[in-house]
Amino acid sequence: MTDIADIPILRVVNLARHVWVNDAPLTILHPGSFDIRKGESVAIVGASGSGKSTLLGLLAGLDTPDAGEVWLSGTELTAMDEDGRAILRGEKIGFVFQSFQLLPLMTALENVMLPLELRLFPDARQRAQYWLERVGLADRRHYRARVLSGGEQQRVAIARAFATNPDLLLADEPTGNLDAETGARLIELLFELNRENGTTLVLVTHDAELATRCSRRLLLQAGRLELSA
Amino acid sequence: MNRLNLAWRMALSEWNAGELRVLLLAVLIAVSGFASVGGFTMRMHTALRQESHRLLGADLVLVSDHAPDRNRIGQARKQGLRAVEIEQFSSMVSGVGNNFRLAQIKAVEDGYPLRGRLRIADAVPGAERIAAGIPPPGSVWLEPRLAQSLGVHVGSVIELGYSKLKVGALLTHDPDLGGEVFNLAPWLIMNRSDIPATKLIMPGSRVSYRLLFAGSSSRIQAFRSMLIKHLSPGQKLLTVADARPEVKDMLAKAEKYLGLAVLLSAVLAAIAIAISVRHFVGRHLDAYAVLRCFGATRRTILSLFMLQITAIGGLGAILGMAFGYAGQSVLSGLVDTLMHLILPPVSVLPFLQAGLAGMILLTGFSFPALFALRNISALRILRRDSPAFNGASVLTYLPGLFTLEALMLWQAHDARLVLWITAGLVGFMALTVLTAWGLVHLAGSLGEYYRQGWGQGLLNLRRRRKSSVIQISAFTLAILSLLFLSLVRNELLGDWRDTLPINTPNRFVINIQPGQLATLRLFFQRHEMAAVRFFPMIRGRLTAINGRKVNTEEYADKQTRRLLDREFNLSYADSLPPDTVYAAGKGWNGGHPPDQFSVEQGIADRLHVKPGDRLSFDVGGSSVSAPVTSLRKVKWDSFKVNFFVVANSALLKNMPASYVTSFYLPPSRIEVLNELIKAYPNLTVIDVSAILHTLESELNQAAQAVEFVFLFSLASALSVLYATIVATRDERARETALWRVLGARRRQLWLVQTVEFAAIGLLAGLLAAAGASVIGWSVGYRLFGIPYHFDMHLWLIGTFGSGLIIALIGLASLWPLNRLPPITVLRAAIE
Repeated sequence: MTDIADIPILRVVNLARHVWVNDAPLTILHPGSFDIRKGESVAIVGASGSGKSTLLGLLAGLDTPDAGEVWLSGTELTAMDEDGRAILRGEKIGFVFQSFQLLPLMTALENVMLPLELRLFPDARQRAQYWLERVGLADRRHYRARVLSGGEQQRVAIARAFATNPDLLLADEPTGNLDAETGARLIELLFELNRENGTTLVLVTHDAELATRCSRRLLLQAGRLELSA
Repeated sequence: MNRLNLAWRMALSEWNAGELRVLLLAVLIAVSGFASVGGFTMRMHTALRQESHRLLGADLVLVSDHAPDRNRIGQARKQGLRAVEIEQFSSMVSGVGNNFRLAQIKAVEDGYPLRGRLRIADAVPGAERIAAGIPPPGSVWLEPRLAQSLGVHVGSVIELGYSKLKVGALLTHDPDLGGEVFNLAPWLIMNRSDIPATKLIMPGSRVSYRLLFAGSSSRIQAFRSMLIKHLSPGQKLLTVADARPEVKDMLAKAEKYLGLAVLLSAVLAAIAIAISVRHFVGRHLDAYAVLRCFGATRRTILSLFMLQITAIGGLGAILGMAFGYAGQSVLSGLVDTLMHLILPPVSVLPFLQAGLAGMILLTGFSFPALFALRNISALRILRRDSPAFNGASVLTYLPGLFTLEALMLWQAHDARLVLWITAGLVGFMALTVLTAWGLVHLAGSLGEYYRQGWGQGLLNLRRRRKSSVIQISAFTLAILSLLFLSLVRNELLGDWRDTLPINTPNRFVINIQPGQLATLRLFFQRHEMAAVRFFPMIRGRLTAINGRKVNTEEYADKQTRRLLDREFNLSYADSLPPDTVYAAGKGWNGGHPPDQFSVEQGIADRLHVKPGDRLSFDVGGSSVSAPVTSLRKVKWDSFKVNFFVVANSALLKNMPASYVTSFYLPPSRIEVLNELIKAYPNLTVIDVSAILHTLESELNQAAQAVEFVFLFSLASALSVLYATIVATRDERARETALWRVLGARRRQLWLVQTVEFAAIGLLAGLLAAAGASVIGWSVGYRLFGIPYHFDMHLWLIGTFGSGLIIALIGLASLWPLNRLPPITVLRAAIE
């Protein structure tokens, strides 16, 4: 009998993705499989163009694969329609992007509130305020996103990612657009919150030092997946 | 050259990225709008003129009471005009069994009529056909009522003067009859070559000679000026306007309307261009910054932008001209089949004008955004810590506004119209922007209460307040233009319909004897026509004005002299009808008023009579005298019974009178007429239904022209709405993708987007309805004489219609984006 805790939070089976160039398929992700267990922190590393972001997009259900399956907490993500994936995303996944991807016209607070409001949390405002305090931006909550600095914007993004209390946090080069010092502080914050909340963390990076802080690394080379310890 | 090359390559590369398409679309829409409306209205305009000329059977008519100089015909033909000569006179015609009737004879030659067609039939009722020419020598065509009263049919022989002529056909329509409402005697049309044999035209005969001319309007104008200089006594010139004042009025209003439609498309075009250039420049700030970093001067960058915009604008203008050509021909094709109008070929001019206008507008309205670009430092753009692009100050729009004004003046040739529109629009836009600002804020506050659902749509409105206000203002203007045009259109159409209301009398009955009144009333009651009214008619000769004997020699005008030689038709009434329009003084209303006359304004002018003057008439040997207390305006074409002179009842009641009436008889009840004539053989029934029919179809055609041009303005406005929404589409697309990443369901997205677009539409519609009411009241009154009245439909349709349409267009523009995987959109945004 399998313990429920043994079910991987993320199971990837023979996942592949092509693009069509001049009527011929170009494989950007060769079939590959792996599991990620609850509480793990996994770094997906590889050179530029190796297919890291493509993989992350597929894991999040932002894109659809050409073959293979993605299972999230025992539910097959790849078998769902776009709305189903959106609902599951809203419940289970938090995101941090390289280019922050805040809604520029909303305030910091509104940006954090948005995923909560989409899930009809009655205490969206209080939760968002709490998370802004956690990332140290309580005094900036009424600033519009576009007037915040890069580091501040990424902290808002982290607050937004944790606000819905996700099981899985996906981060795409979270420090890519930041200077080294700001980036380092941000990573500290990310790992700290991850630990506190028992979140599973999957991050895409080509920062070797950041990768070593993770419990496991998945290496992508020209679209082929190689597991490493 | 290098710079041109670079600009071209940039434009091409950006074309692939889809960035210049919106601008191209804006210019294309603007120019095709201009060209379609311009080309179509020009053709319609010419066609409308020609159509109304069919009423005269020509463009210009020289009427003469003596044989005119035949050389005129030769002169006209030398100048490229078509010309024919005809003669008209009255004569007795005899048919079967010495059955004599008075008829009006029209002797025509080949080529008649120059405009419009004669229509004939072998029997009435029966199939009508267009006559191939004129009656061949030896035959005549009769109006059906003449044939009927003579007891003849096609193939019979009639006698006219010393000739025996065969009845070739029944004349059912002659364009030249439209001008004369009261043709007491029916017409007979014959070949001019048969005239000598009839020996009817002798020295001293009363004949109206007419030279008819037709041709291009410039040649007609030139020829007319020449004729005016050489008019001899007893000659006059007729044009459509002279012949038909109400047609002239109708044409003038239709022209104004078409002009207004074109003007408003110019305004809409300007908005579309300003919005797309602003969008275009805003999207190229990165490229601008990069170029600056590589050492490009401001001048270089500005010229690069301008070259690109001009290249795209030029392409848009050329395509717009082509689209405009297609648009106007499709439109003209529709009109061709719907109205049986033969439109003249379209000239190249409106298309060149449209292209040029598009380029001028492009220059004027791209200036502010380019000018504002000058003040943005490369650093600020790279740091992206300032609003993406703040647009331009109001002042920089002045050159654009001036070009727009110049264009409007050029298109409208009417400074007053342009001034009114400008004043109205500028004032209104200032108010709109302020009100929209406040309303957007209010909407945001409302949205706060429903943050977890549709409230987000209202919050979005407030989040992009500036862009919302700009969009609302642009939509308001587009919707305002449509509402105003439809308001004016409805009023014009209504006004024209009122000219000939349903049940306009189509039969007149004269010669009713006083003793027949009682039984006639019963007759009409029996036929459910109880409303028929009888008016007394008394023949009287004007003998003195203010006690001074009338001397015809004192009046230069021949027609006035003739009028004085004849007997007037006088009438009397207890009250003048309540809808009487007075030019001076006032009539009486019941009771026992003192003896007085009310005189028709036109005849009063001819006789130089004014209120207070005392008129004396000789009625059957006794003299009747009273002062004039009022001058009345009479619409002779209302087809109601009217009199030049009306007295209070007491003054004329005891004079010998016959009675006259008019009524509407539907074609299906023609048997009532037969019964009437059988029972009262002395009555004369005059049938004006053919004339009515002509007038009605003219009104309908003018109305359809207006409807069509309105439809086109509608399409242009919708395109502008779409272009505006497209300009904000990328921002919305990125937002949509992010919402999806964060777990938004499709239904949630649709709801928020629908609420936002619908709110923009509702607010714009509300403001536009307010504006249309105000402008409709001020401009509408001044230009078209339309009185203001509160129109609930305008508000309802304006507000909810625009909410619905903008929501639909907005959602349609986002439809493909909502279906893309969110990662695609996010990647595009990052790249």
